[in-house]
Amino acid sequence: MNRPALIPVESNDPIAVPKRIALMRPDTRPSVRLTQERWVTSFPHLIVREVILFQVVVIVLSVCALLFNAPLEGIANPLETPNPSKAPWYFLGLQELLHYFPPVVAGVVLPGLVVVCLVVIPYARINLDAGPLWAADQKRRGVAVAASGSAIALLFAAFQCWPVVVPTVLMTTMLFLARDGAGGGRLRRFLAAVTLPEWIMTWFVLVATILTLMGTFFRGPGWSLVWPWNIHPLA
Amino acid sequence: MSETVLDRASAWIRATAAYRSIVRHGVLDTNRNRSLVIFENLFLHVHPIKVREKALRFTHTFWLGGITLACSVILVATGILLMFYYHPSVPQAYTDMRELQFVVDNGVFYRNLHRWGAHLMVFAAFLHMVRVFYHRAYRPPRQFNWVIGVVLLLITLLLSYTGYLLPWDQLAFWGVSVGTNMAKAAPLIGKPMRYLLLGGNIVSENALLRFYVLHCVVLPVALLLFVSVHIWRVRKDGGVQGPYDSDEGDQP
Repeated sequence: MNRPALIPVESNDPIAVPKRIALMRPDTRPSVRLTQERWVTSFPHLIVREVILFQVVVIVLSVCALLFNAPLEGIANPLETPNPSKAPWYFLGLQELLHYFPPVVAGVVLPGLVVVCLVVIPYARINLDAGPLWAADQKRRGVAVAASGSAIALLFAAFQCWPVVVPTVLMTTMLFLARDGAGGGRLRRFLAAVTLPEWIMTWFVLVATILTLMGTFFRGPGWSLVWPWNIHPLA
Repeated sequence: MSETVLDRASAWIRATAAYRSIVRHGVLDTNRNRSLVIFENLFLHVHPIKVREKALRFTHTFWLGGITLACSVILVATGILLMFYYHPSVPQAYTDMRELQFVVDNGVFYRNLHRWGAHLMVFAAFLHMVRVFYHRAYRPPRQFNWVIGVVLLLITLLLSYTGYLLPWDQLAFWGVSVGTNMAKAAPLIGKPMRYLLLGGNIVSENALLRFYVLHCVVLPVALLLFVSVHIWRVRKDGGVQGPYDSDEGDQP
């Protein structure tokens, strides 16, 4: 890309004297390059909206609380294990992984990896100046995408972890559909503009959603596959 | 405009020495007073005096951080009410839950509100993170605030998880047993960590007490600290950032 080393930013305020001119590095956040924008006072514009938001949340939750009771089962009994025994819903993706992987992988390595990956996002160069994935270097990137997509799919297939394999294959296919999308229809143009970090995050959200839904609605006694309407545990 | 009794009463209150000692600015009808209300108030001064009009649009943030914060306020309020009735001991914890459910006035309502609020908070925090990612709002200068956000997500999960044990019913007991058994798998530190967390080798009365202290004292204090830094940094870093392209599009 042929960008200037520094971008002059000039104040457009006609009455500001002296005129302010600043030199910005092109990788600074875009908002510093804005010089004309409408500003409003926080009170009342922001504060009133915040109060309304709070009220809406209170009302919605109150209606839920009136309509649906929180579950309360029999008193805890260490001698009577319900089948299946499930963690809270936000951990059921991990519990679903536990079905395929040894505990050290499903309970420690994979969640640890997720946290580390999330933390380093803003420090990885690729997340800061990534353009559309297929905008340049198509051949080399195609090989890399195919290789990593099939490597992940094969790795999880080796453990018969289909809830990860299927979305991985789907996402890799989508990636290739997006490759020559720049001249295509609306959807393909949209896909062609997606950056690599966005593809990876979308894959992660898709996999996490599928695993959580699987663990929550499709797992019955002995962690067997069941339909959601047959899910009640064995007494 | 005719002056109502209410107007006169409010004007009289505003003129009293006591009111003027508490609120130092006048009626909020000028930009000066609207600025004063923000920076003379401890709780409001996390806001800037002025915000970009665009930042108020629904699609700018979907208000997801605000929803998460609103949930945490509701959870503190209902949590304190629940604490008045709840004993973290076996089997008293469970009988307290039954009493809240069937005897205490509005007990079941506050418990439901606490439960559904907690679920919404986990969900909204996750959506907030995804929103910030797709809007590329983690870019400089907001890198570290993203990291604080990840810490906050973990604290939220821990809060929800420690609260899950407190009803001491079968759901709570086995849900926590499954989770803490997973932690056991961590090499070297797994078993000692689990022992420290549970106060023993199984989920027992000791674990209930420890989860209670974590849930009601340690984690809420940690949440308060990190949320304060998180919101303060939003302001210091130039306010909320919406869709990446919308910022680019407005260049003169």
